[in-house]
Amino acid sequence: MNKISLLLFLFTISFSQAKQIEVCNTCEISTIKKAIELAENGDEIFIKKGVYKENDIEVNKEITIYGEEGTILDGTNNGSVLHVTANNFAIKNIKIINVGVSYTKDFAAIKVVRCENFTIENVVLDQIFFGILIEKSHYGKILNNTLSSTAKDEANSGNGIHIWHSSNMEVEGNEVFGMRDGIYFEFVTESKIHNNLSHDNIRYGLHFMFSNNDTYYNNEFKNNGAGVAVMFSKFITMYQNKFLHNWGSASYGLLLKEIYDTQIYNNLFQENTIGIKGEGCTRINYKNNTFLRNGWAIKIAGACYTNIFENNDFMHNSLDLAYNTKVNDNRFENNYWSEYTGYDLDNDGIGDVPYRPVKLFSYVVNKTPEALVLLRSLFVDIINFSEKVSPVFTPNDLMDKNPKMKKNNDSI
Amino acid sequence: MIQFKNIHKRFGKLTVLDGLDLDIKKGGIFAILGPNGSGKTTLIKCLLGMVIPNKGDITFEGKSVLKKWEYRNNLNYLPQIANFPPNLTVIELINMVKNLRPKSSNEQELIQLFGLKSFLNKKLGNLSGGTKQKVNLVLTFMFDSDLIILDEPTTGLDPISLIHLKELIQKEKEKGKTILITTHIMSFVNEVADEIVFLLDGKIYFKGSIDELKKQTNNNNLEHAIANLISKQYA
Amino acid sequence: MLKILKYSFYDLMRSRWSYVYFLFYLLLGFVLLFLNNDVNKAVITLMNIIIVLTPLIGTIFGVMYYYNSKEFTELLLAQPINRKKIFMGQYVGISLSLTLSLVLGLGIPFILYGLFKSTAIFNFTLLLIVGSFLNFIFVALSYNIALSTENKIKGFGYAILMWLFLAVIYDGVFLISLVMFDEYPLDKFSLIATMLNPIDLSRILILLKLDISALLGYTGAVFRKFFGTNFGMLISMSILVLWVIFPIFRMNRKLKRKDF
Repeated sequence: MNKISLLLFLFTISFSQAKQIEVCNTCEISTIKKAIELAENGDEIFIKKGVYKENDIEVNKEITIYGEEGTILDGTNNGSVLHVTANNFAIKNIKIINVGVSYTKDFAAIKVVRCENFTIENVVLDQIFFGILIEKSHYGKILNNTLSSTAKDEANSGNGIHIWHSSNMEVEGNEVFGMRDGIYFEFVTESKIHNNLSHDNIRYGLHFMFSNNDTYYNNEFKNNGAGVAVMFSKFITMYQNKFLHNWGSASYGLLLKEIYDTQIYNNLFQENTIGIKGEGCTRINYKNNTFLRNGWAIKIAGACYTNIFENNDFMHNSLDLAYNTKVNDNRFENNYWSEYTGYDLDNDGIGDVPYRPVKLFSYVVNKTPEALVLLRSLFVDIINFSEKVSPVFTPNDLMDKNPKMKKNNDSI
Repeated sequence: MIQFKNIHKRFGKLTVLDGLDLDIKKGGIFAILGPNGSGKTTLIKCLLGMVIPNKGDITFEGKSVLKKWEYRNNLNYLPQIANFPPNLTVIELINMVKNLRPKSSNEQELIQLFGLKSFLNKKLGNLSGGTKQKVNLVLTFMFDSDLIILDEPTTGLDPISLIHLKELIQKEKEKGKTILITTHIMSFVNEVADEIVFLLDGKIYFKGSIDELKKQTNNNNLEHAIANLISKQYA
Repeated sequence: MLKILKYSFYDLMRSRWSYVYFLFYLLLGFVLLFLNNDVNKAVITLMNIIIVLTPLIGTIFGVMYYYNSKEFTELLLAQPINRKKIFMGQYVGISLSLTLSLVLGLGIPFILYGLFKSTAIFNFTLLLIVGSFLNFIFVALSYNIALSTENKIKGFGYAILMWLFLAVIYDGVFLISLVMFDEYPLDKFSLIATMLNPIDLSRILILLKLDISALLGYTGAVFRKFFGTNFGMLISMSILVLWVIFPIFRMNRKLKRKDF
């Protein structure tokens, strides 16, 4: 009883201490800077609707800043807008526009440096350089925000959600488009990226480097200039993501470079120039993924060891697999290949003849990329067939010994 | 009516017509004879514009025929082998040829004559060789032209049709037409021809009436007379 | 010419082979659409077939028609018609009847399937245009061969050889030269080599529209820049037209000196 009354007491104290500061164009407090000056830790700043032309607002107190429909912070193309250096803050329900562009400084709509326990939610960012820029911070949540800009080239554009040297972050439900990279992770650990939609960014939908022990799922990456890049990282889990329509001479659904001990399952790769491009990947399990109508479903370059491809569906890709090495330490098992022409006499659902996913033509194309102009030529069909009958150039042991007769997944 | 002037024609290394000169007057039946490969068909085809001579000129009714096609409206030609588009019917073919030549025609009479009525709606591909030849004859004789050229007209014909053919030829002759015939059937030549043109080594070896030929070769039988002419080639 | 065209066309339209050809495409269209349920995929499969089959059928029909109607042609030659018109009439007649088989055979199942509502309509139309071009080109080429070759068997052999060369051997030589000279920039070479073969040109035209251009890497960029623009499309179409005109031109030249 005593304990409860104590809690109640403390609660009332803290409640009575936390005050709300209202900001509006006609109020006594008409600028956000002024409001922050007046605020103390635990206070709330409510910004009423209207346009506030302010930039480089220093948020150095543990406060909640929120707005309503029509609350717009206009950075007037000059520097950053909000610059947070305090823990336990929240920013909600506001719209920030017109962040300054710089070639030397990372101007952002919301810049967060060395903070813990924070939430950025329902924020709309438009015409920005960097969107949400987070450095050396922990336990942050970035939820349901919309970030967009009209980036033209890589040099004078910034990233949507950019996180550097941080941990335990959660990026959920955001939509990012028209930026350089949609979501950017560098040295970020123990974090989750899920239910985001990243599309039409000029470089990567997701750019992910030196970040271990992270999970990303249920995201959709669509129409990005170069797709998604995941590099120099370990212990990643990726599932139920969609990698769609990354067409271009150097585009891929997913680029894996120097990745170790990673699980990739239940993803959909559709209509990408290259579904997955793997360079130096080791101990990766690919399971139950669907590769639909890509140029290459999978392209493996150099030193990829002990990768397992299991129960994936390879459907209507121009080329299923490209390999630039004869060494093969990778295993293909129980995948469905739409190009498979074998039979299943014992009706166990598994083809009786092995499938060789590397065709002679994809071997030739690897050596001479220009040869691709002969794609779907009758001559190419003929050499592919003869190579299938008696392999000379393609790795002899690279095959799916137990190809499925029907597709494994219902992802589409 | 027709003049061949110094016609040369080679097929590859083979010289077929070698400076041939020939003058055919209007009216009468001319049989063009000669051993196999003597250039009878080539000569006719030159006149028809199907074979183009290497040298020389051909005139028809006073005008050169080379590189022209309009003059063909005034001649009828019966080709050696009658082979028609197999999917057309007889009547369609007749109508088509009529359509191609802006000229009046009397095909009904000829169809009657050769008993083709029941074949009119049959496809040409299903007809026998003899029937095809009859259709061929209808196509040739249905137009009223000054010159009629018949290349082996008797092929595959039954005796009755043969009689009809001879009658037709006589009738046309009476109308003052010029008729050129090539054939190997000497009895036929004997019966219908007014004049014989004998080709040898790409030249006209003999031109004249049957009687003149017999006289020249001292032979009363036309067949032997011709054989006599041919054997001279090898002598 | 129109009269000859009309009769050649009627004649062919009644031939069993026209129906077989038409039914083949009809069946193919239905099977592809109603078993596959994916118009885009069906278009790719169709392309594979059209690129190989239309030239082959065009070649065979052309040669066969020429030799089979040789005597009839002679009959026509004795009629008061310009010989150029006779052959042009026959040529257009064959090409048209083949094109009709193609367009109707594939068009009917696609329209029944609901092509007009699909986004694939442009690709499909392009496919039919290219297929029709291939018909006209290969009938013209085979007519050329037939006109230059008296012997039926030889003519047939040459025609098949020509098809084999353009459909298979050419690409083989092309591929080998690409592999052998891969230290050199090959994009211009590939572009020209593609232009010189109507089958390759048609294939690339369709492939680029089916968005496989992105696969082509650097070469692709050059190709897409060329074919992707309206100008490139115009050039490619003009080259296909040239591929029709040039054999026709040669045919007419040949005809002037040809003995029958």
